[in-house]
Amino acid sequence: MSGPSSYVPKLGIAKWLDARLPLPRLMYDSFIAYPVPRNLNYFWTFGGILMLMLVSQILTGVILAMHYTPHATLAFTSVEGIMRDVEYGWLMRYMHANGASMFFIAVYIHIFRGLYYGSYKAPREVLWILGVIIFLLMMATAFMGYVLPWGQMSFWGATVITNLFSAFPIVGETIVTFLWGGYSVDNPTLTRFFSLHFLLPFMIFGVVILHVWALHVTGQNNPTGVEVKAVAKDTIPFTPYATIKDAFALVLFFAFFAYFLFFIPNYLGHADNYIPANPAVTPAHIVPEWYFLPFYAILRAVPDKLGGVLLMFAAIAVLVVLPWLDTSKVKSMSYRPLARQCFWAFAVTCVMLGWLGSRPAEGIYVTLSQLFTALYFAYFLIALPLLGLFETPKKLPGSIAESVLGKMKGGSGAVVGAAASAEPNTKG
Amino acid sequence: MTLFRTSLAAFAAIMIGAFSAASLSPAHAAGGGTKPPAHDWSFDGPFGTFDRAQLQRGYKVYREVCSACHAMSLMRFRNLSQKGGPEFTEAQIRALAADFKISDGPNEQGEMFERPGRPSDAFPKPFPNEQAARAANGGAYPLDLSVIAKARNYERGFPLFLLDIITQYQEGGPDYLKALLTGYEDPPKGVELLPGQNWNKYMAGNIIGMPNMLNDGQVEYPKGADGKSPVPETAKQYAADVVAFLMWSAEPHMEQRKSIGRQVFIFLLLFAGLLYFTKKRIWSRLPEHAPGAAH
Repeated sequence: MSGPSSYVPKLGIAKWLDARLPLPRLMYDSFIAYPVPRNLNYFWTFGGILMLMLVSQILTGVILAMHYTPHATLAFTSVEGIMRDVEYGWLMRYMHANGASMFFIAVYIHIFRGLYYGSYKAPREVLWILGVIIFLLMMATAFMGYVLPWGQMSFWGATVITNLFSAFPIVGETIVTFLWGGYSVDNPTLTRFFSLHFLLPFMIFGVVILHVWALHVTGQNNPTGVEVKAVAKDTIPFTPYATIKDAFALVLFFAFFAYFLFFIPNYLGHADNYIPANPAVTPAHIVPEWYFLPFYAILRAVPDKLGGVLLMFAAIAVLVVLPWLDTSKVKSMSYRPLARQCFWAFAVTCVMLGWLGSRPAEGIYVTLSQLFTALYFAYFLIALPLLGLFETPKKLPGSIAESVLGKMKGGSGAVVGAAASAEPNTKG
Repeated sequence: MTLFRTSLAAFAAIMIGAFSAASLSPAHAAGGGTKPPAHDWSFDGPFGTFDRAQLQRGYKVYREVCSACHAMSLMRFRNLSQKGGPEFTEAQIRALAADFKISDGPNEQGEMFERPGRPSDAFPKPFPNEQAARAANGGAYPLDLSVIAKARNYERGFPLFLLDIITQYQEGGPDYLKALLTGYEDPPKGVELLPGQNWNKYMAGNIIGMPNMLNDGQVEYPKGADGKSPVPETAKQYAADVVAFLMWSAEPHMEQRKSIGRQVFIFLLLFAGLLYFTKKRIWSRLPEHAPGAAH
């Protein structure tokens, strides 16, 4: 996709710089002339939204770090000091806390879009794996950030999650002691989590650059999953078309964000985190933030601790090998009638796991967690490998342009084979 | 194909089974704990504000009743005059603070001394430390109330928890606290309470260390022009007033937050609208989006 550069410097200084460090050329080729498939829908705007969310988190986070005290006896009070005495401190903190949730909402939409339209398939395997790495880094960052206010859920969440590593034979206890910086979650744990919570977002930023680079090499996938064949016909320039569309979606998303931030800022949090951490009192139910709930359900589905931990890590690791698990040559589920139904069943499975993660691990909830954990893995390990072998996909459009322009002719009354192929009238 | 359809049907059956099984299973709340009734707070919803008079009354209840055992270590007297709060006048704050003796020092002789309170002082703590507080309260520890209204909630359940996003229900904490303060009952037959234990309908597990502290007529409210208090001097009213005060102390900038939020939200919606039409205009340059083309 990143063909020969069409950048022509006009000003003298631009020519001078272009011969020395062609940064303006890189920007021009990446964000102005960059060809985008003309049929992208609004699910493709979440990449840009995520970029802005990362920037927003870093900006608010840096300001919060100026006022926060990473010490077990002072952390809770310093966060409350931010809420009460720092000018617009409440805005920074609520923006950061709700921003984390918005970041995850956007990333889940982004991931499920990739799953539906087969964006993980060749030639985008590296792009996809970089995305999984970003997701992992995000989870680590969010987990450590949640510990910093040093409330009850911070403390006990940290205790439960770090304790998971003790399940590993031989090295487990050593790893946990190393994570804690001692023999229980305490001040050394808080200070190292703070340090890492500050560092990781910049690592995310680095991997995001690689992610965008890989994207600009392969080009974007699109709702048909048919690769770009003729750049002139199948694509449109990033600016102004994608820019304005992304801007519209971004502002809408920020309105959604603002609704939570200003009107229900504690809706996505847990009341117990407004109780200062107390190692002597365990909360009745320790629950992680909502975005970890499906994985928490998988963890607790297994009676064996090590098994649960391994299965939880496997739930993410399976995403890494997904490009090779899905055997179908057809990318977009729009042309895969059976896989599409499995996809929606998988989406429901994830929601159910999220709900089960918020329930106590007892009685019927454990059985249900086991059931949906099995379904979660069945999607990757049974459905996708097998469906590619016996599913009859619908006929794909000849090209992106045909899928868009063909429909137009179809609408004006002409019978065009290509247009018909996009409609659900082939055998399934 | 048949196999596939069968498995999808099985999936649907599992879903139905999951829901019905879960609805049959016992509630997981930590025993006891009736759901509190919803109170009509002045501060709920996107236009909610605190009622100044109510916050002032609430502070009076806290000061005369709760503060005997409960600290509010994050609060300073000056907070009582800040915008969006009870908005006492500066002179009132100085007088309120001066009623307290605050330990300060060391002075130039190296000794601690006592002086009258100032607006910049924190609310004095009733006990020097947790041990002293427990010793004076039969082993129970009266909690710090600074953010208690946000530190309490109750489970809303499906589908209420989703509707709460639309209705902006954020008053789980205040509703619970108000219900708790007025939720004392005689224990059911057969339940023997130990000394220092009390029975409360809304407490998780029903047994609570704190006794019923609010009784009708206990706190004298400021009189109106007719020589009577504008609100009834009842335990119910005291509970509502002190809980409103606690909600404000937990979220002192709520009014500013909602007011900025309304402006930001409306701006973003208008801006999004403009961007939508700009987007349509720009995309109409493309042939498939030209006027008259079907979509």
